[in-house]
Amino acid sequence: MKELIVIGLEVHVQLMTDAKMFCHCSTNYIGKKPNTNTCPVCLGLPGSLPVLNRKVIEYAVRLGLALNCKVNRVSKFHRKNYFYPDLPKAYQISQFDMPLNTNGHVDIPKENVKEKRRIGITRIHIEEDAGKLIHEEASSDLSHCSLVDYNRCGIPLAEIVTEPDFRSPEEARVFLMKLRNIVQHLGVCDGNMEEGSMRCDANISIKDAKTGKLGTKTEVKNMNSFKSVKKALDFEAKRQIKMLKDGEKIVQETRRWDEERQMTVTMRGKEEAHDYRYFPEPDLPPLKIDSKMICNIKYNLPELPDDRKKRFLEDYKLPEYDADILTSSKTMGDFYEQAASEYKKNKILSNWIMGELMRCINEEKTDIEKSPISPQNLVELLKLVDKGTISGKMAKDVFEKMFRTGKKAAQIIKEEGITQITDKNQLVEMINKVIKENPKSVNDYKKGNEKALNFLIGQVMRFTRGRANPDFVFSTMKKMLE
Amino acid sequence: MFNQLTAGDIVSLIKKREISACEVTNDIFKQIDRVENNVKAFLYINRENAIEQAKSIDDKIRRGEEIPILAGVALTVKDILAVRGMETTCGSKILKGFVPPYSATVVRALREAGAIIIGKANMDEFAMGSSTENSAFYATCNPWDTERVPGGSSGGSAAAVAADETHIALGTDTGGSIRQPASFCGIVGLKPTYGRVSRYGLIAYASSLDQIGPMTKDVKDAAIMMNIISGQDKKDATSANLKVPDYLNACREGLKGLKIGIPREYFIEGLDLEVKKTIEQSLKIYEKLGAEISEVSLPHTEYSLPAYYLIATAEASSNLARYDGVQYGYRAKVDGDISSLYQKTRSEGFGNEVKRRIMLGTYALSSGYYDDYYLKAQKVRTLIREDFNNVFEKCDVLITPTAPTPAFKLSEKINDPLTMYLSDIYTIPINLAGIPAISINCGYSRTNLPIGMQIIGKSFDEETIIRVAYNFEQYSDIRKQKSPINIFVAKENVE
Repeated sequence: MKELIVIGLEVHVQLMTDAKMFCHCSTNYIGKKPNTNTCPVCLGLPGSLPVLNRKVIEYAVRLGLALNCKVNRVSKFHRKNYFYPDLPKAYQISQFDMPLNTNGHVDIPKENVKEKRRIGITRIHIEEDAGKLIHEEASSDLSHCSLVDYNRCGIPLAEIVTEPDFRSPEEARVFLMKLRNIVQHLGVCDGNMEEGSMRCDANISIKDAKTGKLGTKTEVKNMNSFKSVKKALDFEAKRQIKMLKDGEKIVQETRRWDEERQMTVTMRGKEEAHDYRYFPEPDLPPLKIDSKMICNIKYNLPELPDDRKKRFLEDYKLPEYDADILTSSKTMGDFYEQAASEYKKNKILSNWIMGELMRCINEEKTDIEKSPISPQNLVELLKLVDKGTISGKMAKDVFEKMFRTGKKAAQIIKEEGITQITDKNQLVEMINKVIKENPKSVNDYKKGNEKALNFLIGQVMRFTRGRANPDFVFSTMKKMLE
Repeated sequence: MFNQLTAGDIVSLIKKREISACEVTNDIFKQIDRVENNVKAFLYINRENAIEQAKSIDDKIRRGEEIPILAGVALTVKDILAVRGMETTCGSKILKGFVPPYSATVVRALREAGAIIIGKANMDEFAMGSSTENSAFYATCNPWDTERVPGGSSGGSAAAVAADETHIALGTDTGGSIRQPASFCGIVGLKPTYGRVSRYGLIAYASSLDQIGPMTKDVKDAAIMMNIISGQDKKDATSANLKVPDYLNACREGLKGLKIGIPREYFIEGLDLEVKKTIEQSLKIYEKLGAEISEVSLPHTEYSLPAYYLIATAEASSNLARYDGVQYGYRAKVDGDISSLYQKTRSEGFGNEVKRRIMLGTYALSSGYYDDYYLKAQKVRTLIREDFNNVFEKCDVLITPTAPTPAFKLSEKINDPLTMYLSDIYTIPINLAGIPAISINCGYSRTNLPIGMQIIGKSFDEETIIRVAYNFEQYSDIRKQKSPINIFVAKENVE
């Protein structure tokens, strides 16, 4: 049997409006003292009522339009009923049979080919987030109980449900990266999977390529990074394929990715699945959106990654590879453009960002937005190279120091005295000295050994501790040897 | 005795500086001390704060500041409404000790208008019941006959008004919970159109049916309260963005040419003959006042009760799920896991009627049953609404009995839920349709029990039902009769 992997995703995206979905509490809950970012409404206290924050609609429509969805003029809120301590009303206000956005799609690059793969978006609905349970460590006085923090309650979420269109875990990962990039460009979410502002569940099953028969699916939860999505789905696909080969039956169940053990484990079976008893939310009237609002949002839609890439190709004349990388996240694109507005050698700039900057950022495991080197700082450095104050090679050292210390290029150069020697007489003197002291190499060169020239130049650089302008040394040395 | 006066009278006397808010409040508490042991209308009495509030109102008057429109009027609040800093139990053990950090929008509005909160009124647990016997704490007695129920679920509010322990009260009405106790206690009770009054701070039983409304000694007081509590509230997305008229204006017009419809489906088996006769006599008065009366038909009436008990319980099963012992209120002592905490807390915290309705509603929403029960009930609801729309093309108001019988005896129906449910048969369709209705006293049984008449109006046309009720009240002197609670208490004291 030739197996095909079939994956569909459900992605929750926190919408970063100022206020929560149904009350005036802030959405900025991370790091706050537990249960201080709450009010009677998001705590679900008896008698409180939800009132929809219109900004949530705007953000969700933005997302719907960006994912090519049909925005429904009328949608409805439903209650999803279940008991859990992090859910203070014992129901979540969500959408059910009439979601806000339906029938969209996103194109992702196909592996190793120039073609694209189109991933269908079944629906995007909006709902409220729940609180968080905190289980104290065994050593704590409170180890016998669980604590609840309701600060996250009522944060608006958009749930994006895809068609089962992914044929590999890698495609799912690529889609999520692209989705993160889109929500960042839309300004609706930072797309941080580690901090949970973007969360992903997956349905996965195996299809018999010959008969087209679809196997039993499992749902995989608790994948808290792009990498773990890939790893979890790889594991789960292999597990299912092996079971099928061994003639075992796959059970429909919800499984959890165990990061420590690097495997998926059973969370709950089909019998334990909830009956959510969805019914229309009587506290909220149907959500009506007029075409004027949709037009308005469409008109004001920010530039999306695909368009930005096109623009990078056209305006900056960058190679496709560079444009791809530079527009793969909002912050990287922003960094490039801010620098490019003051520095016109587009490709050199691109090399520095993709090369030196990303290397330092990856080494430090940080983000480009937290980079100690601002786009202006980088431009200052590059201009010093162009002026000849330092060489390109020196610039790399200076860059490294800028990144580690946060100091500006000019300051480092001054402090360490690493300016280039621009006094030509001084350099000519040194070149003469090297020629005199290395007659053998001079002879070799004259006999036609090009390598000998490199050695001689290297000697000059060594004398000057790298502060000589290599171009000048090269041309002068060559002239003097002829 | 200032406790016997209407809010309208109190305000005009205070404005004329003939009496002080303190005098009025003292009289209220004197009456409470006199009769409350027999009536048991209150779950909480706010004595110290009320007296403080009265003093500050008197200070304001003395300083010549503007006198608010309900200055010095005693207000009793059904315990289903949140009052900041005051225990709010909803008549349930499960909310024992819950003190809301906020007040219901209506409570705030009335307080700002100068009303003095006297206390929280007893009620059927979570407003589920028609006799106030489902209170987790104690039953309230009817001031007209303390062996009888005051009706429910706003029985405490109705009894407090009828016993002159308060001038005005707030009730809530999901299937008749303002009108039926108003009828049983001989007072005025108005259920506004759904969306007319903000529900913020009303502890939900059935969110698509619940409305807050006034319970008063006369129609004018109901109009005054409506003026204060009506209107859109940014905290309630279902409150209507409509202009609110001055309801007191409705008390200035006559009835000439008014078209009254009498729905034939309401005069059927089960209707007490005395009640029927009293309503018929009232209709004669309306004819004298210049109204035209005709019979109309609301063909889907018989499906109201089943539709109501599916929709209301479905919503209740969800609304009451939050009482789980985690955040506030009662928590059972358990050693087990979270589900045993839920189960034990809810088993011990809720009373039988509440459990019955939660189970019913959970069932109606369950997968596989939703279409047959909840969805079908919603379709019936649409038909009932259309029934009313049709008859309101031909008439301005409908008149029916409020309840099929006068007040029944305590314990008479408590073990027979289905019979109990029937006492709301005339009020339930109105909630399903979302339209307004008022109950006023229109006569007495031979045993001297008040009989209520229900006047039903078009959506958002509270003005007309107030006008129709007011004209009747002015014509007859039925209202002037006081409940015999004082005589009863005096007699008991002698014995």
